[in-house]
Amino acid sequence: MVKGKPLVAVVSAGLSKFGKLEDYVGRELFAQAASEAFERCPNLNPKKDIKALFVGMMSESFEHQSHSAPMLSDWAGLLPAPAIRTEIACASSAAALRTGIFSILSGIYDIVLVGGFEKMTKRTTAETTEILGMAADHPFEQWNGITFPGLFALMATAHMHKYGTTEQQLGLIAVKNHHNGSLNPKAHIQKEVSLETVMASRMVAKPLKLYDCSLISDGASCAVLTKPELAKQYTECPVYIIGSGHGSDTLGLYQRESLTSIKATRNAVKEAYSMANLKSTDIDVAEVHDCFTIAELIAYEDLGFCQPGEGGKFIEKSIPTLEGDLPVNTSGGLKSKGHPVGATGIAQLYEIYLQLTSQAEKRQVEGCKTGLTQNLGGSGASCLVHIFRRG
Amino acid sequence: MEGTIHESETPPFTIEQFFKFIKEKKLMAAKCRQCGTMHLPPRPACSNCYSKELSWTQLETRGKLVTYTVIYIAPEQFQKNAPYAYGIIELENGLRIPGMIKNIEHEKLKVGTELEVDFEVEPSPNWPQWSRYFFRPP
Repeated sequence: MVKGKPLVAVVSAGLSKFGKLEDYVGRELFAQAASEAFERCPNLNPKKDIKALFVGMMSESFEHQSHSAPMLSDWAGLLPAPAIRTEIACASSAAALRTGIFSILSGIYDIVLVGGFEKMTKRTTAETTEILGMAADHPFEQWNGITFPGLFALMATAHMHKYGTTEQQLGLIAVKNHHNGSLNPKAHIQKEVSLETVMASRMVAKPLKLYDCSLISDGASCAVLTKPELAKQYTECPVYIIGSGHGSDTLGLYQRESLTSIKATRNAVKEAYSMANLKSTDIDVAEVHDCFTIAELIAYEDLGFCQPGEGGKFIEKSIPTLEGDLPVNTSGGLKSKGHPVGATGIAQLYEIYLQLTSQAEKRQVEGCKTGLTQNLGGSGASCLVHIFRRG
Repeated sequence: MEGTIHESETPPFTIEQFFKFIKEKKLMAAKCRQCGTMHLPPRPACSNCYSKELSWTQLETRGKLVTYTVIYIAPEQFQKNAPYAYGIIELENGLRIPGMIKNIEHEKLKVGTELEVDFEVEPSPNWPQWSRYFFRPP
């Protein structure tokens, strides 16, 4: 494999509205995302051209529905195109993306649809906490009462103890992402929040408060991938994927080497930077997995945007804001755009696709050429990183 | 307090067996006799060197808190306990184990707090019918 060469091209992408979408079940949201992707790409004949679907969904418990992949091929109007579901918790759709890349690089398919969805809001918060908690180790974590906010709170406590990171620094990340989300018409919550509101919000898992947590949302995402040499048949402005990295680690947080850094992210980004022949300073815009504010802060460090322990200063200096040198989560992130878990990885791709094709409107980062997505599964047992370049 | 069970009577190196030991108020790990790696929970083969030559080792129950949280929004089965403290302790041999922390004021928790593993002998009435361990001040 030649370093820095395109692996595949993204020729279109689609995203449903994110939010508490009471009128729709999951498959209908996916059909909405697929419609947008097809309408954006008039040269594409979906039924004829798209040969397979790879789709991420975390849990069959939300809608009492497993075996969702062929159902989505049907609802996207793609049958008889075969479909496979990928699952690695909140990184399920980045896994679908990587699987789609494999399928094209293998030569089996020329064009595929990749995507993801989750329909979460009909469940109570307690039920959702329980369902999401299934992605933690059962015998030692779930069985003893841990929750996902709890797992990230354990990392936050450790980071604060080791580096002096503060609750206020975490709060600044929430303020930033809500500002970005206020500019995104598809975001779940399109509202600015003040640092005072964040700091005064109720405790979920000490030291993480309500505004440190991402949203429970409904939503779906998708993208059309093809071979780089076919891209211009479908669009004047393709976006190329030039790096793909994937890391795995122990399911249990307690068994990891570090509580202040996620090794799966470090391994994934190392692979992706190497494939793309780039380094962290080459990235112009990034969407990272801010399931909790501490996860975004640790991502700054693990992705090499700053040194270990410097994440708090990185946000204090406003570097990852829309006006800063390296805007992070211009979409509003999981925090404000929303986190329908199975949709998230390709929803991140969608934002980078908009940015690199100059379609991000009020959130546009001028002149950006290279983008990165980081999608985490669980408390960090899975991480995928993808690097994108404007065509 | 570390002791080794003889090979002829060795119980299987399974998570089910780990919880049977918890019911007997014993915190047990599997030690690889080839490379010395300790496994908590136990595994059928060493993930470091793949050896199946393992032995059960009873662990000292004292440890120090390496990180903690207090959970306010709990899953259904733990809502009656909320808010409750949860942490990861490091035992004297360096092994780490997570669990609920009881009988301590939450304000007094800090990294480095000394805790001891204690046991709830009565297993859960429903699946998976295991007994629980928890942490408390010594």
